[in-house]
Amino acid sequence: MAETLIPKPATSAASGAAAKTATPLIDIDKVSLYYGASKALKSISLKLEEKVVTAFIGPSGCGKSTLLRCLNRMNDLIDNVRIEGSMRIGGHNIYDPNVDVIELRKRVGMVFQKSNPFPKSIYENVAYGLRLHGVKSKADLDARIEESLTASALWDEVKDRLHSSALGLSGGQQQRLCIARAIAIKPEILLMDEPASALDPIATSRVEDLILDLKKEFTIVIVTHNMQQAARISDQTAFFYIGELVEYGATQKIFTNPAQKRTEDYVSGRFG
Amino acid sequence: MNTLTPPEYLPEPPSSSPTTRHFRAEKFDFWSFFFSGLTGLATLFIIGILVTILLNIIVNGWSAISWHFVSTIPKKDFFDANTTGVLPMIVGTSFRVIVMTIFVIPVGVITAIYLTEYAANTSNVTRIIRAAVNNLAGVPSIVFGLFGLGFFINFVGKHMDALLHNPTAVWGQPALIWASLTLAVMTLPVVIVATEESLKAIPPGLREASLALGATKLETILKIVLPQALPGIMTGGILAVSRAAGEVAPILFTGVAYYMASLPQHLSDQFMDLGYHVFVLSTQSPNIEQTRPILYATVLVLLILTFALNIVAILIRARVRKKLRALG
Repeated sequence: MAETLIPKPATSAASGAAAKTATPLIDIDKVSLYYGASKALKSISLKLEEKVVTAFIGPSGCGKSTLLRCLNRMNDLIDNVRIEGSMRIGGHNIYDPNVDVIELRKRVGMVFQKSNPFPKSIYENVAYGLRLHGVKSKADLDARIEESLTASALWDEVKDRLHSSALGLSGGQQQRLCIARAIAIKPEILLMDEPASALDPIATSRVEDLILDLKKEFTIVIVTHNMQQAARISDQTAFFYIGELVEYGATQKIFTNPAQKRTEDYVSGRFG
Repeated sequence: MNTLTPPEYLPEPPSSSPTTRHFRAEKFDFWSFFFSGLTGLATLFIIGILVTILLNIIVNGWSAISWHFVSTIPKKDFFDANTTGVLPMIVGTSFRVIVMTIFVIPVGVITAIYLTEYAANTSNVTRIIRAAVNNLAGVPSIVFGLFGLGFFINFVGKHMDALLHNPTAVWGQPALIWASLTLAVMTLPVVIVATEESLKAIPPGLREASLALGATKLETILKIVLPQALPGIMTGGILAVSRAAGEVAPILFTGVAYYMASLPQHLSDQFMDLGYHVFVLSTQSPNIEQTRPILYATVLVLLILTFALNIVAILIRARVRKKLRALG
């Protein structure tokens, strides 16, 4: 089960181009989600392509974060959550009872709104996930840690203090460390829940550059409150409003020529 | 046009004269003075009581403490100030506290982990367990002593003897292990509550981060949550030790001896105890005046021992904290 959950990168690269258009990587089909009696997501259907940055936008409480957290089953942690419909990643229903949630979360990484490095050293923060998934030797760990810190544009800033506490880093550095930690275990999909909302403009732009860079290797789904950010970094945009998917399409179209009046009002700042 | 006039939206510069603005209180605020004085007096009162007790014990007990006193196993007549000693009591009290800690920490921590990490917060089972823990803390310690006698000695101990085919009672009688277990049951709420508080104080974001990396719940608890909670757990342990070291009632029926000629060798041995010895000295002495110095000295030794056990635990906790802060 675990191996077949998502096609391995090697195989998807081989049959890549053809398969890509045939089956989307993430296929959300009529998903509804209830917190107890209240319905937080109303029959959402959405198909996300591989190696594309998709932005979820919408006013607070519209369900965008909830939907994002469905994709790696983080909502499992909340009591009284019920999900209807099907959610497929690489053709496999991730809510199938046989799915190994651990394996799913390994393939679908997540970066949170509030940077949450472990109170450990910078090195140990990245090593944590690697060790969980069986990387044991010092040489392998060192190599993978350097690789992911480099990919998250943090290596040059921290290479001389890998063994000092991650809590000593600035907010922006901490968030990039969290990204490094997430990509170290080589997920295929990276979920980002307002990753830059707590950062200053300079740190934000560094994280945005990083996202554009990571797009080459990962499929990224990002929730953001920042319209400009969505416009700058995403290829596709989905606009949500009170649990409904109002409009989904190419970012440029959503921002310049949306089909729906509500989308236009929102992206132009008239409500929200 | 070329004169610089401030824009209209800027506030007017303050024009008021110094006489209209002053911050000196108009009149003496009696109630404010009264309440700050009252809280100060209450604090002084508490400190006063503590200092009085400690000074009384130290002044009266210090002169009777000697190396001979703390290192001697006394003869049966331990009321004689010249020959008596408290070594068996120091050993007994230390052992029962240490054995108690070995039992209470794991059980308390595991219970707290269940309550905070696994049990559904809203379920009735959790509510009942929480209520039970809180009520356990309110049970008088003598009741724990009777429970220890009834459960550990007469039930567990007797059955162990039967199973092991012991010709005479080995476990089915008062013993160090049963006294320690009784104390462990008594201090369980302290450890559970302290551990729960420290587990709750760990940001949920850390748990989420670990789970999102594909860690199991168990891995998250063992590698992320527990190391962070360690100082809080140790605080619980310190409180439990402080509470248990001076308790006499729970060990009365479960393990303490009036007199033993030798130090306890085995968990099934009885033991002498500082707190109980204080009771014996103050109630059983044939000559109260002659016993008084050693009574004071024994109390002082008990205080110092409790203090020392606490200091050791606090030092270890400080080390753990420092390590967590530096690296983790």
